[in-house]
Amino acid sequence: MKALFTTKMKTQGKAGAKQVLVSFGATVFALALGMLLIYAIGFDPFSAVVAMVDGAFGSKNAFGETLVKMTPLIFTGMSYALASRCGLTNLGMEGQLYMGALAGTATGVYVSGLPAALHLPLTILAGFLGGALWGLIAGALKVRFGASEIITTVMLNTIAISFIDYMVNGPMIEPPGINCQTQPVQSTAQLPNLISGTRAHWGFVIAIVFVVLFWLFLWRSKRGYEVRVAGLNLSAARYSGIHTDKNILLVMFLAGGLAGLAGCNEILGIQIRMIPEISPGYGFDGIAVSLIGNNTPFGIVIGALLFGAFRAGGNRMQIRAKVPNAIVSVVQALVIFAVVASQMLLDKWNEHQMKKMNRQESEVA
Amino acid sequence: MDLLQTIGGYLFTDIRMAAPVLLAGLGLLLMNWSGLLNIGAEGTMLIAALAAVAGSHYFGSVWMGLLLAMLAGAVFGLLFAVLTVTLRANQTVVGAAINILGLSLSTTLNRVLFGVETTVTKVDSFKVLEIPLLSKIPVIGQAFFAQMPIVYIAFLLVPVMHYFLFKTKPGLNLRSVGENPRVADTLGINVYRTQYLATIIGSMIIAAGGAFLSTGLLNFFTEDMVAGRGYIALAAVIFGKYKPAGIMIAAMIFMAGNVVSNVLQVAGVGIPYTFLTMIPYILTIVALTIFASRAVAPASLGKPYKRG
Amino acid sequence: MGVILEMENICKQFPGVLANDCICFSVNEGEVHALLGENGAGKSTLMNILCGLYKPTSGEIRLEGETVRFNSARDAMERGIGMVHQHFMLIPTMTVTENCLIGDKEGSSVKLDRKEAGRRLRELAERYGMEIDPDAVVGTLSVGEMQRVEIVKALFRGAKILILDEPTAVLTPQEARALFKMIRALTDHQFTVIFISHKLDEVKEISDRVTVLRQGTVVGTHDIDDCSIEDLARLMVGRDIYFDAVTRQQPIGDTLLDVNNLSLHREKSNDGKLLDDLTFEVHEGEILGIAGVDGNGQAELVECLTGIRKASSGEALYRGKNLLDLSTREIMSHDVSHIPQDRQKTGLVMPMTLVENFALQDYYKKSFGKSVFLDWSGVEERSTKLIQDFSIKTPSPYELAQNLSGGNQQKVVVAREISRQPQLLIAMHPTRGLDVGAVEYIHNQLIDQRDKGVGVVLVSTEMEEIMRLSDRIIVLYEGRAMGCVRPSETTVEEMGLMMGGRTLDDIRKGRVNGTPAEEKMM
Repeated sequence: MKALFTTKMKTQGKAGAKQVLVSFGATVFALALGMLLIYAIGFDPFSAVVAMVDGAFGSKNAFGETLVKMTPLIFTGMSYALASRCGLTNLGMEGQLYMGALAGTATGVYVSGLPAALHLPLTILAGFLGGALWGLIAGALKVRFGASEIITTVMLNTIAISFIDYMVNGPMIEPPGINCQTQPVQSTAQLPNLISGTRAHWGFVIAIVFVVLFWLFLWRSKRGYEVRVAGLNLSAARYSGIHTDKNILLVMFLAGGLAGLAGCNEILGIQIRMIPEISPGYGFDGIAVSLIGNNTPFGIVIGALLFGAFRAGGNRMQIRAKVPNAIVSVVQALVIFAVVASQMLLDKWNEHQMKKMNRQESEVA
Repeated sequence: MDLLQTIGGYLFTDIRMAAPVLLAGLGLLLMNWSGLLNIGAEGTMLIAALAAVAGSHYFGSVWMGLLLAMLAGAVFGLLFAVLTVTLRANQTVVGAAINILGLSLSTTLNRVLFGVETTVTKVDSFKVLEIPLLSKIPVIGQAFFAQMPIVYIAFLLVPVMHYFLFKTKPGLNLRSVGENPRVADTLGINVYRTQYLATIIGSMIIAAGGAFLSTGLLNFFTEDMVAGRGYIALAAVIFGKYKPAGIMIAAMIFMAGNVVSNVLQVAGVGIPYTFLTMIPYILTIVALTIFASRAVAPASLGKPYKRG
Repeated sequence: MGVILEMENICKQFPGVLANDCICFSVNEGEVHALLGENGAGKSTLMNILCGLYKPTSGEIRLEGETVRFNSARDAMERGIGMVHQHFMLIPTMTVTENCLIGDKEGSSVKLDRKEAGRRLRELAERYGMEIDPDAVVGTLSVGEMQRVEIVKALFRGAKILILDEPTAVLTPQEARALFKMIRALTDHQFTVIFISHKLDEVKEISDRVTVLRQGTVVGTHDIDDCSIEDLARLMVGRDIYFDAVTRQQPIGDTLLDVNNLSLHREKSNDGKLLDDLTFEVHEGEILGIAGVDGNGQAELVECLTGIRKASSGEALYRGKNLLDLSTREIMSHDVSHIPQDRQKTGLVMPMTLVENFALQDYYKKSFGKSVFLDWSGVEERSTKLIQDFSIKTPSPYELAQNLSGGNQQKVVVAREISRQPQLLIAMHPTRGLDVGAVEYIHNQLIDQRDKGVGVVLVSTEMEEIMRLSDRIIVLYEGRAMGCVRPSETTVEEMGLMMGGRTLDDIRKGRVNGTPAEEKMM
């Protein structure tokens, strides 16, 4: 087991480093654009930034809030990244997140009589499975019928959210049925506080554990190797005898599970009970997180930190600098545009270099 | 007679509710036939809904609102085209980002322009345009001929779009780009220009759908008011098999949820409303699983094209 | 019958390859002019230049005496040059008429006039003895019908010079005969046809004149009546082939692979067979060469033997097992190695490191990690050793495969496959696109394997490679074996004839007064 960790992580190569650098540059560019936008709509961008940084890192409480917002983003970022590594586009993180939250809530509320040492892991497992099975539907439809997961996952999002709406207003509503919310999960299923005086909870630690597992799976396990080969070159995978259908099912299951954990942890650590709108769009944020992080474990944590800080600092910014906190999501969209554009420009530049090299070679010949 | 009147009423509501989805679907259709898959209709509609209210508010005319909304749509379309056609970026990712941008930018600008107070700013909105004589036809008269002008436009666009796509040379050229850009290119069609035009015009039509939500169905803007209609439009295109008439039927079926729930409640059947809202999405998944093995979508949908 | 088209001193330089080297080519009005040559002789490049898809590096095109410059296929089309590509440029979901009207600028109205276009199409088709339903959806047509649509489409858009790229490759013999009739009808009406082919019989039958290309240069232009099929074969393949058959130490061993009646049908209809009743053996310590022009069933044969494609019938016995029943993974785990034809598309994962690429075939085995995890340090050791042993030039074992030169990429594939210590090695185009040094190196590796008793199936279109390395050679033509010969007992001419579709029996029977092979070679 030790060797797993000590082997140098060189598998990324130089090209990876260059991409990360380009992503970073693009992010900085998008942030500058965001500040310009704040200025354009009539606010002082510098006081906005100061307020935001203060709100995200200025105090213990602020930092705790950043960790709280980071946690689901790490999970949804990994969810999108895992599917991407297998050549799939999982846009269903939002729905998987909700189904995970629902399954976790149900287990947390209705299973009783267990000690915390059993109840909490069981609830988390249920959260994972809730999202995983929801993701598996899209995988199965793709393998069995060839239905594009891009569309099915988007459709499954809305179905999941409608279903939650029904459950919270109907079968699972807290008696006597005045507020549309469920009962609180039992204390044995709640995630303990991580830093006292803040809302940061152990869900963050679980997220980091899963980042390590994510890395172990993709870069150290045989199955993860198969997934990456199939994601990069489907015909090479076939020529090596890799069973690609099975991997699609597995990856959609795991990706769904990761998104499910985002929802489940949010319930067990913050909300305590299920309400119809537990996610302010963490699912779609996962795309940006994974793009910034170039689908790598470390990059995803950095991406989640960035957007977690945005979300945490956004409120402070709104109160102090009067800048609407929705601007944070505007910046996020700008980051996605800038990162994909920069990666395409990098590709074009590489291609250009390659052509130049070939031309030189042929002249020598 | 009462029953007939009720049916007429349901039809009236259904047609009115279907119009924005239909417009968005037709806009998406134009893009799809040029080979571009844009899941960003939701965001485009949202920014358009806000632009329509702003235009109507500042210029005092709902038509100026519509114009501003379509302008905003064109800008979003241009953004999508630059990134996906010229830079060949992943269309799905860019579409998802367009949605994030539309939601957050409309929310931000709404708060900046109209404040964060709970009272909404009401603006001039579309008025019903009754067509003389025809609107007096029993049962269907009101449903078909006493709607807002933009509803007529939406439904008239169906035959227009069909004619354009399947009966004209530019329509044929557009479809050839969506089916096989290389073939189109060798036959002298400017693939990139076609895709840019389809995206910009398509986004303007989608924007008209967004404008109708805030200045037709309502007369103000609320945050996230599109409420999934952009995704329903995406579903309607697939369910309608990439044909304008199919999209119209799909939009009417999908939006009939309101009507159905009324009927069911009257009949005392206890199917919750939330299940009815799932219908469009479930039907789309069913349609996808049935059509996936057969070629219904333009063959090069979603694949970036590289010349030479 | 004046000169209608001249191409003068056409050169086309691709990265690393000079595809056309100062080619001069002229065509008379109303003739069928064949362009004959092996794969990579430069036929398609030359014609793609003519129809506006490529721009020549240098040289000049003159049409009816006037110098022209084409920037796109449309430019060429407007000057009356139409090409029917091997892969049809048709949209299957549209009708024949619609396909012909795409990009059409004739007439001022924006309305599609299907009726008028359909009438014109029908008229055109009838005039040249073709049958076409303008309202049929292209996807429902047979391959032969689609080709007819392509031809009519070119005529419809005003082509006077028609380029047909290997038109019979996709046709049944009956359809090919119908095509020839059409070509005759066209030239009777003063159309000019340029006919690209490597099939000698056809060229002899249909063309008036022939220009033979070899390695990017023109070997000669001749009236077809002045050439026998044997002459054509010699011109196409070239005399100066270097045949120092490799000496061997070990005798050939027992039968290793026994293929019987292997057939593979086309997916669509009963159009024909991709592989037709192949029977052959591969022995231990033997290199069996599979020769032939590209696209005559070689890829399909390899795919069937490696489990990537399911054969329709037949068997391939290897160590008591029928390979045709096994999956790729099962076959590869029985000491079979495969050097695939395209290192970049199937042999390697280009954006992965060399270490990762070295694990591609065996990562699942216990020797690559006993648990569910891969033993990367073990793979790294192995990789470092292979990089040394095979002298692969790379800054580090962690370099991405895409950053290596073509030769070194191929060495990675060869090193990986040979290090698996196979009993049966299937190598397809193992030296394609490599420089002389790398070719030599890979040839020596294959000989080494043979000397170790490995049975080698070598698929190649390079005549020199096949003749030099093989113990026996099977020539494939349209999925059938034309014959099995030993390099020392055949001639270039005989090989050329087989590659062009004559069976060995026919050739040898036909040569009543012929000189023995060895003498003719001198």
